[in-house]
Amino acid sequence: MVNIDELEWVENAIGRKVPKSLHGQELHPYIGPFKHRPTKDHKYGPKLGYVADQTSELVSSLSMAIDKVGLKDNMTISFHHHFRNGDHVMNMVLEEIEKKGIKNLILAPSSTFPCQEETIIRCVKNGTIASIEGGSARGEIGRMVSSGNYLEHPMKIRSHGGRVRAIEAGDIKIDVAFIGAPSADELGNLNGVIGPSACGTINFSFVDARFADNVIAITDHLVEYPNFPMSISQELVDYIVVVDKIGDPNRIASGELKITSSPTRLKIAKDAVRIADLLGYVKDGMSFQAGAGGISLAFTDFLHDLMKEKKVVAKWAQGGTTKFLVDMLKDGTVRKLITGQAFDIAAIESMRDDPKDHVDLPIGAYANIHGKGCTVNKLDIVVLGASEVDTSFNVNTATLSSGLIAEPVGGHSDTAAGASLCIITVPLFRGRYPVIVEDCTTVVTPGETVDVIVTERGIAINPMRKDLLEKLEKVKVPRDLRICTIKELQEMAYNITGGKVEPNWGDKIVALIEYRDGTIIDTVRNVLPKYYDDAIFVDKEDLDVERREN
Amino acid sequence: MKLRRSRLYVPGNTPKMIPPAGLYGADVISLDLEDAVGPDFKVDARMLVSEALKIVDFGPGVEVTVRINPLSTEWGRWDIRQIVCNKLDGIYIPKVESPEDVILVDELVTDLEEKKGLPIGRIKLFATMETAKGILNSYEIARCSKRLEGITIGGEDLTADLGGERSSDGIAIHTARQLIVLAARAAGIQAIDTVYADFRDMEGLRKETELVRKMGYDGKACIHPNQIEVIHEVFNPTPDEIVHAVKVTNAIEEARKRGSGVIALGKKMVDRPIALRAEKVLARAHAAELPIPTIEEIKAIEETTSSGTGKGGGDD
Repeated sequence: MVNIDELEWVENAIGRKVPKSLHGQELHPYIGPFKHRPTKDHKYGPKLGYVADQTSELVSSLSMAIDKVGLKDNMTISFHHHFRNGDHVMNMVLEEIEKKGIKNLILAPSSTFPCQEETIIRCVKNGTIASIEGGSARGEIGRMVSSGNYLEHPMKIRSHGGRVRAIEAGDIKIDVAFIGAPSADELGNLNGVIGPSACGTINFSFVDARFADNVIAITDHLVEYPNFPMSISQELVDYIVVVDKIGDPNRIASGELKITSSPTRLKIAKDAVRIADLLGYVKDGMSFQAGAGGISLAFTDFLHDLMKEKKVVAKWAQGGTTKFLVDMLKDGTVRKLITGQAFDIAAIESMRDDPKDHVDLPIGAYANIHGKGCTVNKLDIVVLGASEVDTSFNVNTATLSSGLIAEPVGGHSDTAAGASLCIITVPLFRGRYPVIVEDCTTVVTPGETVDVIVTERGIAINPMRKDLLEKLEKVKVPRDLRICTIKELQEMAYNITGGKVEPNWGDKIVALIEYRDGTIIDTVRNVLPKYYDDAIFVDKEDLDVERREN
Repeated sequence: MKLRRSRLYVPGNTPKMIPPAGLYGADVISLDLEDAVGPDFKVDARMLVSEALKIVDFGPGVEVTVRINPLSTEWGRWDIRQIVCNKLDGIYIPKVESPEDVILVDELVTDLEEKKGLPIGRIKLFATMETAKGILNSYEIARCSKRLEGITIGGEDLTADLGGERSSDGIAIHTARQLIVLAARAAGIQAIDTVYADFRDMEGLRKETELVRKMGYDGKACIHPNQIEVIHEVFNPTPDEIVHAVKVTNAIEEARKRGSGVIALGKKMVDRPIALRAEKVLARAHAAELPIPTIEEIKAIEETTSSGTGKGGGDD
């Protein structure tokens, strides 16, 4: 790990100090949400293949597949997280790699889940994994990263869109992509809608499949050639391995997601819908994204009611799809649905049965700022959570107030930048920690891209959005919708909780927060043990389920 | 007019629930020292509630009340002594059976207001009848104190006292409910209904609230914040009622301008009950911040919607 004193620091556009370079590699400080252009002219290219007379790519075991692609020390391997906490693929692959004694790998998954903690931590400790590039970390993996004791290099925390950008730019060069495929045929046509471990979509792997030098598909459901739909097609897949089980269906998708019954969270969700309506965003032809967290589900449900009452129809919606969005598609409140992840069985079935109006799309098309067009830019409303919001509207979704890396960032900064109305729904405080703070412990999403903060005790509008403030002056705001400044919210939060406790930082850099354009927006230092353990003080209910799902 | 559509019970010994109690839009919150608190926690709850009254900002417009223990228990008097302060708006007295039960509280409160230098008479009282005896004495009780602004009925205890059965139609306490409304109206105060215990059953809650609204009740107690919205929806005048009330008021105004004693709205005569009802509807709509259209707006809408039918505005 790198000591902070060994680095040269520069202040970025939001006033955070970030290193100028790391391990001889130049880093770009964040300069604004839409300013940093690609630093290379062309995309990174994977190696060419050769398939003149090949009629099957099936290999008999995972071990053999790993040998065939020639996985060696120091290479980079990748995985998708569509099986969420029911994933068997990453553990199975890492165990095989451990047996072969391959060391110092870079692990570049789109995200990780608690079911992989034990294996990943063991692999880090025994030297199989040297660093983690990617997605996010939570739980025990987050603790391990935050301790600063095990990984050789700082982890790079990237948004969903940022990961695609990094792969396309060659910042992450994937040597072997291991793709868990709910169904596959013998030449590697893969999809996520068929099979016992169906997860709806495997779109997080589209970019891995396209840019990795080698692609190994792992399936528990081999079907007759050709497998339709060809979500990932044979031209990208080297080998197919058939195993007993790639995942636990009960943990891949929720049977029935329930709306929160917490009155505070319901109030936040309802007020978010009301403020979006007052600001004129709930109208015919709108588009929106809301995820599967407790507040987000309730938001979707309340929005659904309001849209029916107002007789307005949304052109499209996207997100971590759930029954609540599928219901809107079914009754015509939403005309088209785009899925990034399918969170429940209703979403998976809808993708399979209604491919005309319900589709998935590559994550690059969803959120990559260095692509040629992404759906987030066409969003009217996005509703997001946060672990902290500060008085400059900057949002933290990576660490707790204690500095511990604990939460996945998902597509937070991507959608915030793209959507024309970005609403953050948060309680004013969690346990004894204020959520609205003077300065975020860690910044993931810059305040410039955040518009409205909705808490149970008041709503703040970003003063940069003069149009929204003017709009509010023209409409009658009900008495119980308390509009205040972000400073007032922060003072309220401090009055109730007694203020923010600063993290007990160490002097090592354990993670870089990379903005979606590849610039560095913030860094995370190691956290030294303290006399208290923050996990005890944080109400588990309050940590958004959505952010756990991403 | 003080709106008391919803009255949210908050357990007095649950610190987590007290500070956010004012956030959910309830007209009244009742920090509960009685049934929600077990005997071993009565003292803790009393301390917590008296401190909360001083420091928690429950928000604008919320009536902050405490349900004390009956004076017949060892806790009742101490409850009053400790909670009376300038932030307390009212006290709910449970298990009232006779006017003396209220008068005693009135005297204790007056005494404390004097001692603490608080304005005399600002703290309101509300009596809950939950025994057969209390119900039969409700008229006497309803007019025994100037502080008394409402009487309520305790459904669970009363059903038990009657030997009846709690059912979705509320048949066991039906007459009692009517007696409470009669007593309240005769005394010129408000009638507030008991809780609906199954807080997940919104349809059941709506049905019961509609029933008591039709009986004449002003509001209903609730045990969960999620019940508030349904209760408000039922007790709020509907847009049609508001439009009608505006028309009635306008007809009265026009008749007055003409100097005519006969007031007509379309083909119907507006008599005193109709006029009074309209007044009440508008007062409620105003207090609940519901949109009240002007007569010009109503006429404009009716002209566009009824054009061609030849019916014309004026009648509903």
